[in-house]
Amino acid sequence: MRFAIPLAAALALGPMTARAERPADFEARFAQEARRADPSFAGFSAARGRTFFTTRQGGDWSCSTCHGDVPTAIGEHAVTGKRIEPLAPAANPERFTKPASVEKWFKRNCNDVVKRACTAQEKGDVLAWLMALPAKETR
Amino acid sequence: MIRAPWLGIAGIVLACSVSAAESRRAPLPPAYVDECGSCHVAYPGRMLDAASWQAVLAGLDRHFGVDATVDAATLAPLRVHLEQTARTKPTTAADATPLLRITETRWFRGEHDEVPRRLREGPAAVKPADCGACHRHAATGSYAERDIRLPKKETTR
Ligand code: HEC
Ligand code: HEC
Ligand code: HEC
Repeated sequence: MRFAIPLAAALALGPMTARAERPADFEARFAQEARRADPSFAGFSAARGRTFFTTRQGGDWSCSTCHGDVPTAIGEHAVTGKRIEPLAPAANPERFTKPASVEKWFKRNCNDVVKRACTAQEKGDVLAWLMALPAKETR
Repeated sequence: MIRAPWLGIAGIVLACSVSAAESRRAPLPPAYVDECGSCHVAYPGRMLDAASWQAVLAGLDRHFGVDATVDAATLAPLRVHLEQTARTKPTTAADATPLLRITETRWFRGEHDEVPRRLREGPAAVKPADCGACHRHAATGSYAERDIRLPKKETTR
């Protein structure tokens, strides 16, 4: 048992390297990236983010398929049925605080839904919408 | 590897000290639960043999229809953990290729051949891979018989 500790310690190190941030930090970074990609970048739109999030992009799933139409509520994984905690920061303060996690899941989920990486504009639009959602939206 | 020299050390210490049987019931490492327990319960290493785990980890970019890729530095200790705790009896298909699904292994089918019909098909059916539906402590890696609770008749999932 004594020897299981080094592995446990090694495995615990990964998440510890992540810095804590606020959703606004991500928005600022997406804006920088979007401006670099397109000099005529004119800011993010929560309305566009909502449409992107709730609409299928040619595949079987939209973001809402797992996160729900109103992501202040609990979601459910489309294949496994596992519970997914709310994605909107007002309903779940842990969201958009860990850069490694946000980057990883945007990469995976965009691949599954849009079959490519999401652009900074798309990520910023979605985040603008998520940040605008009040904690207790019911519909 | 350069970014994480401690991995090598942990690997070596484990490789020469802990027998598979001894570490079998150790709690699941938090990083394994983090990476492999977000879409489903983190399945314990002892459910598949080492070749099966290698095959699962080799295909994370198209993992049962979803992208479950993990960067190399994060993956390395998970691989060590799974190989150290893997089942020693083979979990291969009839054609000797490693099975990717626990639920397709002979041992799993044997243990579950008495699951009632209503949970196998129809409106109350439970996906076999949803271990937590019947094993109350599956999320912590515990599958003891005393913790089995079959979903009630009325439950439709
Ligand atoms: C097939 C199911 C599924 C789909 C579809 C899906 N997600 Fe996710 N998403 C997950 C799971 C599972 C997690 C990780 C579990 C958790 O964090 O609760 C997650 C986590 C995230 C996170 C991480 C948040 C953080 O702070 O760590 C973001 C961002 C995210 N999803 C955005 C999206 C977007 C945008 C889409 C659409 C392009 C999308 N998801 C579609 C299942 C899905
Ligand atoms: C992005 C979501 C996601 C992540 C992350 C993920 N998986 Fe999966 N996994 C799935 C889905 C979806 C299935 C298919 C479930 C089903 O058919 O009911 C699955 C199935 C499995 C199965 C087969 C279960 C059976 O049917 O017997 C194994 C084994 C497995 N995953 C291992 C892992 C390991 C190891 C990791 C971590 C490296 C991991 N998974 C991470 C989504 C994920
Ligand atoms: C539909 C309910 C159900 C699901 C889903 C299920 N199990 Fe089971 N499992 C059972 C039952 C019932 C038994 C008891 C069999 C017996 O004692 O005869 C069992 C027995 C076991 C045992 C043997 C326990 C012991 O100590 O004898 C293991 C290990 C196990 N299951 C693992 C799993 C894993 C891993 C999964 C998911 C991949 C899973 N089970 C999914 C119902 C389920």
